[in-house]
Amino acid sequence: MKKTELKTRSNVAPAKRVGWALAAISLAAITAFSQQIGNPAAQQGVQPARGTYAIRNARIVTLAGPDIDNGTVVIREGKIDAVGSNVSIPAGAQIIEGRGLTVYPGMMDAGTSLGLVEVGQGANGTVDTSETGELNPNAKAIIAVNQHSAHVAVTRVDGITHTVTLPQGGLISGQAAIINLLGTTPMEMALVPYAALVISYPRLGGRRGDFGPEPPGLDVTAALAANERQLEQVRKLLRDAEAYGRAQDAYAKDNSLPRPDRNIVLESLVPYVRGDRPVIIRADREAELRGAIKFAEEMKLQPILLGGDDAWKIAAWLKEKNVPVILTGVLSLPLREDDAYDTLYENAAKLQQAGVRFCISTGNGGAEVRSLPFHAGMAAAFGLPKDEALKSVTIYPAQIMNIADRLGSIEKGKIANLVVTDGDLLEVRTHVRYLFIDGRRVPLTSRHTDLYDAFKDRK
Amino acid sequence: MRKTVSRLLLLSMLGTLPCGAVARQTRSAATTETLIRNATVLTITRGTLPNTDVLIRKGKIVAIGRNIKVDESARVIDATGKYLMPGIIDCHSHSMLDTINEGTLAVTSMVRTRDVLNPTDADLYRELAGGVTTLNLLHGSANPIGGLNTVVKIKYGRPASEFLFPNAMPGIKFALGENVKRSNNPNIQGATRRYPNTRMGVAEVIRDAFTRARDYRRGWDEYSAALKRGEKNLIPPRRDLELEPLVEVLEGKRYVHAHSYRADEIVMLINLANEFGFKIKTFQHVLEGYKVAGEIAQHGAGGSTFADSWGYKIEAYDAIPYNSAIMARAGVVTSVNSDSDERARRLNLEAAKAMRYGDLSEAEALKLITINPAIQLGIQDRVGSIEVGKDADLAIWNAHPFSVYARVDTTFIDGVIYFDREKDLAGRADLARERTRLEQAEPNRPAAGGRPPQAPRGRRPSHDDDDVEQGDQP
Repeated sequence: MKKTELKTRSNVAPAKRVGWALAAISLAAITAFSQQIGNPAAQQGVQPARGTYAIRNARIVTLAGPDIDNGTVVIREGKIDAVGSNVSIPAGAQIIEGRGLTVYPGMMDAGTSLGLVEVGQGANGTVDTSETGELNPNAKAIIAVNQHSAHVAVTRVDGITHTVTLPQGGLISGQAAIINLLGTTPMEMALVPYAALVISYPRLGGRRGDFGPEPPGLDVTAALAANERQLEQVRKLLRDAEAYGRAQDAYAKDNSLPRPDRNIVLESLVPYVRGDRPVIIRADREAELRGAIKFAEEMKLQPILLGGDDAWKIAAWLKEKNVPVILTGVLSLPLREDDAYDTLYENAAKLQQAGVRFCISTGNGGAEVRSLPFHAGMAAAFGLPKDEALKSVTIYPAQIMNIADRLGSIEKGKIANLVVTDGDLLEVRTHVRYLFIDGRRVPLTSRHTDLYDAFKDRK
Repeated sequence: MRKTVSRLLLLSMLGTLPCGAVARQTRSAATTETLIRNATVLTITRGTLPNTDVLIRKGKIVAIGRNIKVDESARVIDATGKYLMPGIIDCHSHSMLDTINEGTLAVTSMVRTRDVLNPTDADLYRELAGGVTTLNLLHGSANPIGGLNTVVKIKYGRPASEFLFPNAMPGIKFALGENVKRSNNPNIQGATRRYPNTRMGVAEVIRDAFTRARDYRRGWDEYSAALKRGEKNLIPPRRDLELEPLVEVLEGKRYVHAHSYRADEIVMLINLANEFGFKIKTFQHVLEGYKVAGEIAQHGAGGSTFADSWGYKIEAYDAIPYNSAIMARAGVVTSVNSDSDERARRLNLEAAKAMRYGDLSEAEALKLITINPAIQLGIQDRVGSIEVGKDADLAIWNAHPFSVYARVDTTFIDGVIYFDREKDLAGRADLARERTRLEQAEPNRPAAGGRPPQAPRGRRPSHDDDDVEQGDQP
């Protein structure tokens, strides 16, 4: 955690490093405290205890080397304690017989709004995705994530153990969090509470849902100008935040200077304008993608593109710029009527062939995040090698979100987010047999299994 | 380039449908023989046959077996290592409909989806590429009694009239719950809300319509009887296009496909149908069907549902992916549908989800997208399984269609190839050239001066009838 939070560039002021170290320490304290809570319980959102487990005689897909055909994974104190074909099982460990089963790293969806909305239509009180107004950098997803949402358990029982959850709407939507899909409080869920700033790159004609009417004869010249004005709003705020950061630093060093007023909006932007933390920029069409990268360069941001429907068109350029893409549209209909039928199915394969850093996401608000493996599987049906498809929902999102030192593969010392299945993780017909998050064995129950059990035998 | 796209799209719609050429080239093949050799054949009704040949002649399956001999003139497709399955049937689609909802009245049984078919909808081709061959095109869910359906084969590249599934049972859309209550449509100030506003009112709208339909039929019966008695100077009843389809429902000549979510409204409609003596052919979506599967089976209705789509609105909050497994086990003829041009392209995986959620057998899960929807549409004698005498509506898959890694190689309708991946790939360079040529064509060059060019229009949105289009409130 410390490493991630302190991932810095050379231009970071030492004072700020201390601040982040403090934040990291306080978060660690919260996590430590939470360990004492854990009563094993099937109830959604209550953490089962951490334990010592040994999954033995299983095939292990580590993604950190060759697969182990018959091996053991030991889980202790929330971490992967050992993995290999010749591992001694600690005394007192609970044994899980893994014959015929496969152990995978838990999957990660880096483009969701999971936990921010329960029922999108007809229950506005459950919708916390989008704040009012265009510029909300201080709106933080981790504040509003509902750890007791039915979506949490429904998603994890399908093998997705952690997600990025993003605010939506406006130009600057807010800050995304990386969360474990387990926890009794937001901070228990938080892997990285303030993981990235989320910007929606302006779209020609605006962003509308699928059902919105087309604007009649939109004037392109006017629309381009409107987009430029929107971008200028963002640019101005980011520049103000830079200046704000400099002023505060100067005052911290020299209290004889006039005291600058605190401003929570600008303050929230400082780590992002300094390039300490990534900025997720939502962009799909070619012009938006190009614009987003240019904007990020101009403002010296650390960009991650979210969406990327047209990324295949500029793959070489993305590679050259080393800008990663969270692809959310594998299962979307192609953007244009004359696009090939498999344009978006094979988008990932084209990025992979060009050497672009990418991962696959459902881009979903919550309910359908559980289908993540099938998005990756479809990409594999259309040219992405199967092992790459697997990585695109495990280690690649972890790398893109700067948490690959803690998650994304089965290696000693990593957080024990593991899925044990009776088959290929990405196949529809496969069943999840065991689930571990944060070294806790999570019951395979959810709102859906509860309803199934309640009604399956009704005559 | 941006400036030219809208015109370009228009031109491409008129002249360069990606598969029009495919359909034209291969149409003559319908009159000759095609042998699909050495496939794993998922017959649906007679199990899975390894290393099996299927012979197609004049659009029909004429032989299934090993080492079938054909003339040299026959087209032979080697399907070694591949899977042959019946074309997928989507029991709930809005593809190729230019409009979905006539939402101004609570009863719109006078309108027909057949009148708004757009055979150039690019999503049709994308669905063919997912192994889908037959669609049940339904009116939207804006009203308790909606418009009439159309069952089509996806003969993309042909005129709309050739899409119509011959002799399919006519049907009508009913709908219950939030959409017909207009719960999620904003109140327009000063406007009267359309009746019904509650699930109580929904039941009364349907009861009133069938009460009127019964009287209407009686009027015609009395007229016919009088005519038969030789009475003179009779005035026939005035034809009523709203009530005629409902009379057909009462007489068992038209299927009811009823959009529904909650268990209470499902039971309401069963009781109401029993009261008037007609049958519900399918409950569509039927998200809480698992709660009342016994009642649905007893009525003899089918259930056409999805694996996903839960929680996006209140009435979908109890939807579970186990729904199809529970209904199928209770004896309900169950199918999995798309209700979306996107999802329609991967119904194979939607059916496979019944194995993941609820442990349905592979054989039963395969039926969810083949013979079961065929039964629900009354076309099971023609399609839905691979049997001698049935229509050659087939798809060759490069792996088991329930594998996430599977892809369609070739899709046939009536023995004609409407999708062929190799041809599609081979044609892409030509299409790219054509696009370039069109972009450079005189009409697409930006004129000097004048008004600014228009922004590119997005693609026509894929329709999902649960989300009634905005702005159609009276």
